[in-house]
Amino acid sequence: MSEHDEHEDERSVPELDPDAELRARVAVEAAALRAETSEGAQELTPRGDTDPTELRREVGAVLRLPEGTYVDPGDIDIERRDDETMIINMGPQHPSTHGVLRLMLELDGETVLRTKPIIGYLHTGMEKTAEELTFVQGSTNVTRMDYLSPLHNELVFSLATEALLGVELPPRAVWIRMLMAELNRVSSHLMWMATNGMDLGSTSMMIYGFREREMVLTFFEKTTGLRMNHNFIRPGGVAADLPDGWEDDVDVICETILTRTYEYDELLTGQPIFRERTEAVGNISAEEALALSVTGPILRSTGVPWDLRRTMPYLAYDKLDFDVIVGTYGDNFDRYSVRLNEIRESIKMIRQIVEQMPPGDYRVQDRKVTPPPRGRIDESMEALIHHFKIFTEGFRVPEGEVYTAIESPRGELGCYLVSDGTSKPYRMHIRGPSFVNLQALPVLLRGGLMADAVAVISSVDPVMGEVDR
Amino acid sequence: MGAVGSRRRAGGHAPVSETSTPTRAGPPSAVLPDVPRLPDSLVDQLAFPPRARYAEMVEAFKSVGFELCSDLCAVDYLTHPGRTLPDGVAPERFEVVVNLLSLSQRQRVRIRVQVPESDPCLSSIIDLYPGADAMEREAFDMVGIVFEGHPDLTRILMPEDWEGHPLRKDYGVGRVPVQFKEAPGPR
Amino acid sequence: MGIEDLQHNFLTGRIEDLVKWARRNSVWPATFGLACCAIEMMSVGAADYDLSRLGMEVFRASPRQADLMVVAGRVSQKMAPVLRQVYDQMMEPKWVISMGVCASTGGMFNNYAIVQGVDQIVPVDVYAPGCPPSPETLLHAILTLHEKIRTGEITRRPGSTVAAGEQATGGWVPSVPDAVRVATPR
Repeated sequence: MSEHDEHEDERSVPELDPDAELRARVAVEAAALRAETSEGAQELTPRGDTDPTELRREVGAVLRLPEGTYVDPGDIDIERRDDETMIINMGPQHPSTHGVLRLMLELDGETVLRTKPIIGYLHTGMEKTAEELTFVQGSTNVTRMDYLSPLHNELVFSLATEALLGVELPPRAVWIRMLMAELNRVSSHLMWMATNGMDLGSTSMMIYGFREREMVLTFFEKTTGLRMNHNFIRPGGVAADLPDGWEDDVDVICETILTRTYEYDELLTGQPIFRERTEAVGNISAEEALALSVTGPILRSTGVPWDLRRTMPYLAYDKLDFDVIVGTYGDNFDRYSVRLNEIRESIKMIRQIVEQMPPGDYRVQDRKVTPPPRGRIDESMEALIHHFKIFTEGFRVPEGEVYTAIESPRGELGCYLVSDGTSKPYRMHIRGPSFVNLQALPVLLRGGLMADAVAVISSVDPVMGEVDR
Repeated sequence: MGAVGSRRRAGGHAPVSETSTPTRAGPPSAVLPDVPRLPDSLVDQLAFPPRARYAEMVEAFKSVGFELCSDLCAVDYLTHPGRTLPDGVAPERFEVVVNLLSLSQRQRVRIRVQVPESDPCLSSIIDLYPGADAMEREAFDMVGIVFEGHPDLTRILMPEDWEGHPLRKDYGVGRVPVQFKEAPGPR
Repeated sequence: MGIEDLQHNFLTGRIEDLVKWARRNSVWPATFGLACCAIEMMSVGAADYDLSRLGMEVFRASPRQADLMVVAGRVSQKMAPVLRQVYDQMMEPKWVISMGVCASTGGMFNNYAIVQGVDQIVPVDVYAPGCPPSPETLLHAILTLHEKIRTGEITRRPGSTVAAGEQATGGWVPSVPDAVRVATPR
């Protein structure tokens, strides 16, 4: 491992280095693990020469080769035997991998045998950054993880912080959060339908999806100030109250999007080419999904009716009437229809929220947690001090740990938060649903064709921001 | 796998019945009751098994009905040694935290294992929960815990030849000094 | 302009103007969306903020066919060599728009994992600030690039094939009077 010492000053910035020997030992073990995995040395032998134990390992779907493996074109034998498999690389810069995902695919002709998803191309060190930012600033950091549903990231972080703080939110704050979360689910699923349609060839779906999404984003801009990465849901409530006339805006959104979902049915659901390309493609069974810790629309498409909004309700979801959408076969088409119908269910929920929105405060009134209104700063010394303390030092959170999970459009989004009593998190770990769902990708792709790989990746709906954090 | 060529319906609307009672295969508090626990209002069980009994505990929970491994992460307690632990559990530098979820009983449990700095190894639970594959690789990459029995314990987020484990407390955040904000001092 | 003897069937001009007109009206971007800014870039290509009116709706997947690389999003340490490789594969003339603060300076992520500004790796023509820049900001950046193409000289361009990190201007003075840096409209 000595050749890596040259890179040390460029790459890592260790402040203290008390455990060089330990690191060396870990590195040696990791290298040993890489050279020969428990599945045997991963060399490509022709099928005819492969002995039965080697063939048996092909039952697994995950390819275990080092990421840097490549074949020099000069090494390829011109007289290629028919029973050889080929390893190709897809990504990270690829129009259809939904961000910077790299796949190493082992192909036998056009059939995909094993896959290795390689991630880390968007690793931003957000968990380390979270230890440097206060709890007040935390939602600006967390919101950029799953950038298609930023309000859900903020929500889970705020719920975790409030669980440690022990504050109880006013009802209006809770219902505003639910409204924003459901609108975000609609916009995220519309974005998914747009990109899924595009990956399957339907450019019109891309344009329609973005057109509808613009309506929701305009509402977000009116309420939160930004189209994306809003920093709106903060520990203690929300940043601002809903603007006047919001009920009419939301009604227009609901009406329009609901009628347009029936247009998408005409465009895609009944269309023979779409059905052929998505039915019985990318199958996964419920047992496999549970074993791989897959949650969200993928799990529901296999028939398991697990939706955290129904089974372990948070905010005020137990007061809303909605259905949990389940599929049957766990294929691409089921995931498509689960998400399409979830848009309709979310619209239904949004309408109920509009009817039942309670009046009151939009954030908790505890001045140790939420800043005072700007006007009060000129009048009261105490308000000025609270404002100063909250925005420089932040509020202190009692010592403890919590794991909070919500249902994001991709699955179970969890936040494991450890606090040591100061104003900055000691450790914040976000359980990104896409990070875990990507483990299902080798199982989904196995036995399928190369051309289906794009459709399957799209139906898993990975967002690389939360995969890599 | 799957049903090729059979008829489709456009997803299913299956309203989940409110009256369905979850099947109780056994309360989680009955699982290995001699393992120290802490009461916690935010989770159903918070257990602190010793390193040698970690895999046994995870398997015991799985047999009681915890089908899904929600999350596995590692924490470095270098700068916070004085955390709350039950009697008989000696604090170590690293902790591996596993959150399990039971769909049938709608419960969550958390298992926290102390992992010493001198020997940061722990058995892998990939045979029980294949979904822990990527999570264990991330814990190895970020904190440096070696999971024995993992078939491919390589870096997952950082480049493969990166040195150091970024989420350790003695690894700097790597901030470049900019105007009005100097680089952070050593912790 | 024109030769008075002829019957106004000809338009004359300089080759350079013609080439620049052709270049700026069909700049084809390469797909290099990385993170949140990529979503805003896709929004610019979609219905409400139409890139097609500028001739740019074809996002070429292959860098060999692309003119413009819009680095949309944060560039991590693992992605940096890939970025350079894609840039090197593009054919001249090529331009780079650094979209968003993460691509311009590292943004809010000043840490071990993010390259602090993509101009450490590739030479950048236009920086578009914002987190994420709204579609109008990106459109303004693209129009600024068009202006730069229109008024720049095609025979002398800032060095773009030198080693990473070199901000070679080579004595080239921009003829655009305003700073190339885009001011956010909002």
